[in-house]
Amino acid sequence: MASPPGGSLRTVAPSPGGPPSTVHPPARTRAASGWRSRLHRLDRQASPYAYVAPFFLLFAAFGVFPLIYTAWVSLHDWNLLSSDNPFIGLDNYKALFADGYFWNAAFNTLSIGVLSAVPQLLLALVLAHLLNRPLRAQTLFRITLLLPNVTSVVAVVVIFSQLFGRDFGLINLVLDGLGFGRINWQAGVATSHVAIAVMIMWRWTGYNALIYLAAMQAVPKEIYEAATLDGASSLKQLWGITLPMIRPTVIFTVIVTTIGSMQIIAEPLLFGAQVSNGAAATGGTDRQFQTLALYLYEKGFRSFEFGYASAAAWMMFLLVVVVVAFNYLVVRRMRGGLDA
Amino acid sequence: MLRALRGHPLTYLTLVAVAFFSAFPVYWSVIVASHDNAALAEVPPPLLPGGNFFANVQRVFDTAPFALALLNSFVVAGTITVSVMFFSTLAGFAFAKLRFRGRNVLLLMTVVTMMVPTQLGIIPLYMLMIKLEWTGTMYAVIVPALVNAFGVFFMTQYLSRALPTELLEAGRIDGCSTARLFWHVVLPAARPAAAVLGMLTFMTAWNDYFWPLVVLTPDNPTVQVALSQLASGYVRDFTLGLTGTAVATLPLVLIFVLLGKQIIGGIMQGAVKG
Repeated sequence: MASPPGGSLRTVAPSPGGPPSTVHPPARTRAASGWRSRLHRLDRQASPYAYVAPFFLLFAAFGVFPLIYTAWVSLHDWNLLSSDNPFIGLDNYKALFADGYFWNAAFNTLSIGVLSAVPQLLLALVLAHLLNRPLRAQTLFRITLLLPNVTSVVAVVVIFSQLFGRDFGLINLVLDGLGFGRINWQAGVATSHVAIAVMIMWRWTGYNALIYLAAMQAVPKEIYEAATLDGASSLKQLWGITLPMIRPTVIFTVIVTTIGSMQIIAEPLLFGAQVSNGAAATGGTDRQFQTLALYLYEKGFRSFEFGYASAAAWMMFLLVVVVVAFNYLVVRRMRGGLDA
Repeated sequence: MLRALRGHPLTYLTLVAVAFFSAFPVYWSVIVASHDNAALAEVPPPLLPGGNFFANVQRVFDTAPFALALLNSFVVAGTITVSVMFFSTLAGFAFAKLRFRGRNVLLLMTVVTMMVPTQLGIIPLYMLMIKLEWTGTMYAVIVPALVNAFGVFFMTQYLSRALPTELLEAGRIDGCSTARLFWHVVLPAARPAAAVLGMLTFMTAWNDYFWPLVVLTPDNPTVQVALSQLASGYVRDFTLGLTGTAVATLPLVLIFVLLGKQIIGGIMQGAVKG
């Protein structure tokens, strides 16, 4: 935090132990060397800021500014098509609280989020545990696991919409063959949530497994050997040793996955578009799978109510913070069985 | 010892099953893309690729502006990739090896920004694009993505580990300016990690969907936007949709098959300190 002001001191006085003969490049006129050393000092002091500046400037312009400006827009009756955008205080928020569609979207978001994130991370943990040992075809397994993550979200939904299709879908074909009958996946609340959760899981489980695997490989092997000698089963070792050791990574993935889950939009949007263009922004004909982000999209880019949509965005932001904080606390309290 | 670690048959069974479910949907899309629509209604459905693929591809290019979309996506993803590699290495160098006031705070801010749900600022961002008259153009897709927190953090991690400080000090003693150090010492040393970052960035940019959908027009799309139009027509033409999917995914799968090992290494490296 408190680094010395400017690294320039080090040019004049080389680091301790360095050869003393290089204190200053000799044999130059005084004026030139004064000018040069000033330029040199400027280079050493200003360059670091110049180098990190592109990122911060870009993020300020296209990341932070829009986010903050959203709050300002949300206090106005702001429409793309009208030239006059009067200030209306908190009216947008009041309307939002009374809007059943908003709460419906909030429920759908949480439901799809839980259905996709919990099995996804648990499965990823088990897969990483299985891969964290000498195996044949280790690389092949890893590549195959990551293949879904290379596929774009559009491709995933197009493929799975076919698989989940009512009439010609492969999944219904199998269900029918097993005697369960066909399911109209799109139509129901629960079934559509499961279908969307499967798409998300399919795309992200392997990715998270690799991240867990990376963390697991940093755990000293001797601990496992000792536990094996003590007769601890593989599953017990996962719960008792691995989990506590990689807890920072688990917390990280839980937070990232939570933030991602709260913003799910492409899957429901495209899943709805498979039925009809009209059902895309509403997340199904009865809004059965409209998420919050999709609701934001409907208000902002279909009816162009920028003010109202911005209010929804800020509510989402608060919700993200609350849910992330909640999940963080839950994961932090979790402890492995053998914790001593 | 080795016997105990060699892995249970059940381990292999589980992994093979998961690998099957990971790969099958992609394989299935190839099957559908190489048959006609009638084949989908057959019971049992075809499980081997058919001979209709190129006819379907022809249909895809006739139905949607797919050639333009592919070109746009190459320009967008290519530009973003080069830019992200360059600016991330530059900032990563400063964070990893240069001392300056506020460095730790700025680095912490970088990490925190990775968790900011910027998608929620999409409405003002769109208004900004209208102001700049960038809507409908590739600028709107390229410029906001020219450098990102993940890249900066990734390169910081790599350079602080892989770039010997002595090398930089030697350069300093020889009178190198910081810029020269960057060009002649840092960039060559950063190449392996920058390549991995480049692959990850290209994939992300190529697959980006939501923002291009919002800010571009149907007649000048990226490949993902064109694909979503293709697949959501009023006529349910699965063959067309899945052929488009195959065409749009092919460049990435090629990259992935050739460089999958490095990509995986990169993801795992970036994750360790996460």
